[in-house]
Amino acid sequence: MSYARPQTLTEAIRLLAGSQIRLLAGGTDLYPATQSAALSGPILDLADIAELNGITPWNGGLRIGATTSWSTIAEAPLPPALRALQQAALQVGGRQIQNAGTIGGNLCNASPAADGVPPLLVLDARVELAGPLGRRDLPLAAFLTGPRRTARAPDEIVTAIFIPEQSLAGHSSFLKLGARAYLVISIAMVAARLTLAADGRIARAALAVGACGPVATRLAALEPALTGLTPAQAAQSITPETLSPPLAPIDDIRATAAYRLESAAELLRRALLDCAP
Amino acid sequence: MTRFILNGTPRHCDSPPTRRLSDVLREDLGLTGTKVGCDAGDCGACTVLIDGRATCACLTPAARAEGRHIQTVEAQTPELTRLRAAFLRHGAAQCGICTPGMLMAAAELIARNPAPTEAEAEAAIGGVLCRCTGYRKILAAICDATDAPAPSLPQGRATGQPIPRLDGAEKVAGDLFGADVLPENACVLKAIRSPHPHAAFTFGDLAAYAARPGIAAVFTAADIPGRNAFGVIPPFADQPALAESPARFRGEAVALVAFAPGHDPATDDFPITWQPLPALTDPDAALQAAHPLHPGRPDNILVQGLVRKGDSATAMDRAAHVVSAEITTAFVEHAYIEPEAGAAWLEGETLCIRACTQAPVMDRDETAAILALPPDRIRILPSAVGGGFGSKLDLSLQPLLGLAALRLRRPVRMVYSRAESMASTTKRHPARMRGRIGCDAQGIVTALEFDGTFDTGAYASWGPTVANRVPVHVTGPYHTPHVTAIARAVHTHNPVSGAFRGFGVPQAAIWQETAYDRLADRLGLDRLEFRLRNALRDGQSSATGQVLQATGIAPCLTALRPHWRRALAEASGQPGRGVGLASCWYGCGNTSLPNPSTIRIGITARGELVLHQGATDIGQGSNTVIAQIAADALGLPVGQIRLIGPDTALTPDAGKTSASRQTFVTGRAALAAGAELRAAILRRANASDAARLSLDGPLLAVTEGATRHEIALAGLPPDDMGYVLMAEASYDPPTAPLDENGQGRPYALYGYGAQMVELSVDPALGTVRLHRITAAHDLGLAINPLLATGQIEGGIAQGIGLALMEEYLPGRTENLHDYLIPTAGDVPPITSLLIEVPDPEGPFGAKGLGEHVLIPTAPAILNAIRHATGAEITQLPALPHRILAAMRAARP
Repeated sequence: MSYARPQTLTEAIRLLAGSQIRLLAGGTDLYPATQSAALSGPILDLADIAELNGITPWNGGLRIGATTSWSTIAEAPLPPALRALQQAALQVGGRQIQNAGTIGGNLCNASPAADGVPPLLVLDARVELAGPLGRRDLPLAAFLTGPRRTARAPDEIVTAIFIPEQSLAGHSSFLKLGARAYLVISIAMVAARLTLAADGRIARAALAVGACGPVATRLAALEPALTGLTPAQAAQSITPETLSPPLAPIDDIRATAAYRLESAAELLRRALLDCAP
Repeated sequence: MTRFILNGTPRHCDSPPTRRLSDVLREDLGLTGTKVGCDAGDCGACTVLIDGRATCACLTPAARAEGRHIQTVEAQTPELTRLRAAFLRHGAAQCGICTPGMLMAAAELIARNPAPTEAEAEAAIGGVLCRCTGYRKILAAICDATDAPAPSLPQGRATGQPIPRLDGAEKVAGDLFGADVLPENACVLKAIRSPHPHAAFTFGDLAAYAARPGIAAVFTAADIPGRNAFGVIPPFADQPALAESPARFRGEAVALVAFAPGHDPATDDFPITWQPLPALTDPDAALQAAHPLHPGRPDNILVQGLVRKGDSATAMDRAAHVVSAEITTAFVEHAYIEPEAGAAWLEGETLCIRACTQAPVMDRDETAAILALPPDRIRILPSAVGGGFGSKLDLSLQPLLGLAALRLRRPVRMVYSRAESMASTTKRHPARMRGRIGCDAQGIVTALEFDGTFDTGAYASWGPTVANRVPVHVTGPYHTPHVTAIARAVHTHNPVSGAFRGFGVPQAAIWQETAYDRLADRLGLDRLEFRLRNALRDGQSSATGQVLQATGIAPCLTALRPHWRRALAEASGQPGRGVGLASCWYGCGNTSLPNPSTIRIGITARGELVLHQGATDIGQGSNTVIAQIAADALGLPVGQIRLIGPDTALTPDAGKTSASRQTFVTGRAALAAGAELRAAILRRANASDAARLSLDGPLLAVTEGATRHEIALAGLPPDDMGYVLMAEASYDPPTAPLDENGQGRPYALYGYGAQMVELSVDPALGTVRLHRITAAHDLGLAINPLLATGQIEGGIAQGIGLALMEEYLPGRTENLHDYLIPTAGDVPPITSLLIEVPDPEGPFGAKGLGEHVLIPTAPAILNAIRHATGAEITQLPALPHRILAAMRAARP
């Protein structure tokens, strides 16, 4: 078994090329997946690569390094548009998980119930990857290609999440529904971000729902219809029928599909009202 | 080589870089205070501080410790010192398995915020699961982590005093559980388990597998020298330690591999071929099945319990009001944070097994039968037990440890993974219950008919007890003249259902107490007053015809009355607000069977007062409560007692920790032993019982009025155990068998209680928010009010789980993130009202409490949900989607 902990991204990409090496970020998904005392196979530990860690200004927007922990995100002074992300950060497992788990790992694990995804979708976040051919970035929705599947090539590393400048506008809210208070795996979760005009009406709305389909979904078709409404009017317009499609929830041990759709609608209504500054 | 600062000292380790830090701390550095409950970040037991931040050591690669400051529960820091004292003051540690994780999570908080609010404390420990305490005392301790010392023990009377637990110092230091004593050079055992509920299997080349490097031996059923069938009730013993084909449930052990120390215990390519067979997973189908799982149990009925009193059919016909009710419950997992663990070794020809258990003597005798050894060749040394709740009454890894240690003649150890623990050990019986309750026009209950099918799974375990306890208790603590109650335990290929806090009574209470609410509504009567009208009174007889004494239910309901009226007034007119109530009663000790306890207490020549306390303390507090009783019976301060045991070589048999029997039964034995020793001392001094004793080193003084008599202990001849004064006494509760109609005196003593729940139901989501629970429990005499309220809060937390979130599904919820138990945010403030109606049979009047406290919670929650919304829940757990659907169904 080999273990590498490079100091630079260049070195990491070099080690990754053509190898079967697995990337280790916070470890909060890799370790639970094994019963063994150690991880099996070669491991590339991203912990020491400084440029992957931290929140910095970027082109008028923000760059969140891929190995930034959830507690760093929760504790950072960020604009109200990122409130949903910070609310989600405080609901990723307990504090122990938030101290270790990373935003990039959350995206790469690509759980349909990943807490980080809906808040990033309403921020029009982009995912930056670096590989032997250089860097590329793509919208988060394009990065997540299915449950436990992403557009990351085997020789690429997710390096950062970009929040574009225009996404820093407005206020956002994140709501998560489960059967207990902490350590919740969602029945449904939503994020909303509203930019309001001077008259208090919605200038721009962004809505996303998680745990109600194979991947979390932006409600792009629904959003334009909310423009010009007050948040209260917008909330009233959301019904389960307006959500299906695009949502395609399933029955499982936590809830029925019909309940998921209904609760997603209700959570969206509440999130819209919660977005008002 | 990884170098780091561990608890202030530079340390290093040479370990695979991605090895879990928890493993390195425990195995290489010998710091076993960091506990492992799941290896998945779901329970938080392994929380350590890395550069001051709470982190799960089980998810941390060893290499990441490089250059960091690591703090574990073994650290001596101002924060931990304050927290430890506060945990002791508040009774915040019960079994102690979550305590290190709780302490470390709290230490992170109070290092940056020395005076946190309750909400801040809650968020800090939201990621650490506790199954014993209900979290309230932990939160209180974190918010009160001052420099105040732990309280001192009383010099005078000990019973009735809220003294901190006598074994508390170990709990807040990181106690030694089953996985925490690692014999030198021990082989590591792993079981091969069935991945199917029912499957034939054949082994490949076991000899070749066993010859591989690193493998010390492989064992199968063919290696079991004795009777390969165990079971807590000997006539029903049917469960193999290692199964022969076919396996009868998912998780059943079929082979055991012993790995030499230092080798990766991976069993992925164990040579076995499985052939899945049709599985009976539905008890109704099992009742119709042509071929039963076990010969001699036709229709898969293990036991059918019956109580018949009066003429329920006629009484039901004549009743002014009758409600029918039907309700089903799920498999519930005990979810103690300590997975089964232990070690075994030989001392001469004695096989020593140190493991977590609730029943050391039963373990010894059952393991002896499996290994064809005389019982005195086996010594059971119970470890600290990280929660039991009934499941650790049954054998789990004891025969496997014993077999391997005997055959290899070297030490062995074994730790179940979380998945293995959940798949292979017992569960609460899922119940399908239906029946009717009738009353007259004045609201006096006249008749009850009940039929319950309890899925007892693949083997007997405690199924017979459940089938017999349910009909006895299904009336609740209410006078019911005409009763027909049947409960049958039915075999399926599901997990083995066994003992879980209440032996089926919690399920039956859900059925009965929710029906009572509907009956009260039918009558237009206040739900509490309806219950009070029917509450059992002294001199009335139960469904088994037993005339009762010291009935505490009416005092409990009366104590709740002002809270009830206040809560109803507050909820009135508030949409979604609801108040619910439910009662319990529970017979303490075995049902119509002997269950004696014996206690020994001695004084050495040096003046040491030693209590051989064999009642396994699984967190409930018998180490403290039995000592309090013994101290007062003897008349010496409890702080002078040194505890020994439980250990089958050192302590007489105090029976099993089950059936809420230890305070009562072992307490009576302690009372008798203490009194006997006192009488012997008084005889020597020719003093009366009014005399006062004091023990000061080797001088035992007996003072009566102005007369002081001194006994020089050094001058007395020691017995072969080294005691110069010693007494040993037993107690067995007086019961009588039940006849063919279930009539008789099944228990010598009953405890009673009632709980009230205030909650809100979200009208659009069906989610429940609990606001407050008020619990009135009659425990005869609260020997230790601090521990008693701890039991109440912990039982309520488990009742909340039973009502709202817990459902074990084999293969689906074999971990602690899919199987949900309440977290620190799920248990509301609890007000405990300790009611004391002394029972002449109990020690100082005391009754049992441990199981009672769980019984009313779930039905009280369901009744509050119905009060809030009209929703009648017929399938547990009441998950949000089920509540919402029931709310819709209730709308006119």
